[in-house]
Amino acid sequence: MATIQFDLVSPERKLASIEASEIQIPGADGDFTAMADHAPVLTTLRPGVLRVVAGNETSEYLVTGGFVELSATNASVLAEQALPVADVTRELVDGLVEAATTAAETADPSEKDAAHKRIADTKALLELV
Amino acid sequence: MPNLKDLKTRIDSVKSTRKITKAMQMVAAAKLRRAQEAAEAGRPYADRMNAVMANLAGASAGSDSAPKLLAGSGDDQVHLLVVATAERGLCGGFNSSIAKLARAKAEELQAAGKTVKILTVGKKGREQLQRDLGDLMIDHIDLSEVKKVGYANASDIATDVIARFNAGEFDVATIFYNKFQSVMSQIPTALQLIPASFETEEGADAPLYDYEPGEEEILADLLPRALSTQVFTALLENGASEQGARMSAMDNATRNAGDMIDKLTIEFNRSRQAAITNELIEIISGAEAL
Repeated sequence: MATIQFDLVSPERKLASIEASEIQIPGADGDFTAMADHAPVLTTLRPGVLRVVAGNETSEYLVTGGFVELSATNASVLAEQALPVADVTRELVDGLVEAATTAAETADPSEKDAAHKRIADTKALLELV
Repeated sequence: MPNLKDLKTRIDSVKSTRKITKAMQMVAAAKLRRAQEAAEAGRPYADRMNAVMANLAGASAGSDSAPKLLAGSGDDQVHLLVVATAERGLCGGFNSSIAKLARAKAEELQAAGKTVKILTVGKKGREQLQRDLGDLMIDHIDLSEVKKVGYANASDIATDVIARFNAGEFDVATIFYNKFQSVMSQIPTALQLIPASFETEEGADAPLYDYEPGEEEILADLLPRALSTQVFTALLENGASEQGARMSAMDNATRNAGDMIDKLTIEFNRSRQAAITNELIEIISGAEAL
């Protein structure tokens, strides 16, 4: 089965670099799964869970934002903040929800919708803990 | 000629100074390795970000709808200089080389009739620029409590700068920092943050992407992040440079202390010999006189 080179980098370090068979990405316009020979796409991320399937193993990462650069052979995820789901703590998610809530309160009317969506997205992450 | 006791005290004091500088050098060497690793680890992200931004920015350049962060405010009257230095001294010319570059730039801009505002990051730069450019300073960002500079720090700085830009406080922003070349050389560098500039690698033709949501939305979303990344890279380079500069400065100091100890020891031995000879002469001439 064809594989796709998957790289997950955060500003501070490289978190993963593996040959994956499929990658589930929480895109800003909706979740999608990328496999080898995907059309080139550049999309931003919403706060959510990134799932990477390589062989029989699945790894999950929490990402808070950033973007994905996808080509037929490569998937580079540049996440603002990313960590393995196993390391996610309640405080961290609470902090994200709080940050999103304060941002929503001060947001321009034109950005209110996006800000509220962000709150919902971060709240959904509470299920992880 | 100083007496023996004075020389002895002097030698002891230089010796303890040497011990301190030696220890500082070792600490700097260990920290340098860590700082270099951090700079190394941040590179893949920064490189990719730059490549994507160059691509996006190239596509939207010249169009009327280009975001202000990219196109600028259409003016270049007010300049903001972000001067990033260290929180501590004793690192050779590290802080003064940045301050010097920033001062030269500020004077050049003022001579051209522009307004200059200064935002300092790191205590030392602030101290050095306070005297002649103190009235231009608008704010100071204190990182002295921060043990290890993280992306969050850089992001805070970038957010602050962007907020000021959106409020119309300035038209052009430039960050000053030291680029790490080697332990011996750090290059004071000025990087323009706003309007954002991204170096394009010639020939690196990116595939034609589908943009989701839209090209403009992505650009608007990524620009602040790209700025944070640029600030973060600058801070990391600065961190590595600081430790490198401190290491070589302390190496020099240790060597100088060693030379001084040698010189003082020779002087000490000569004086001691002179004293002995003197005593002998006195004894012998005393015996001869009998």
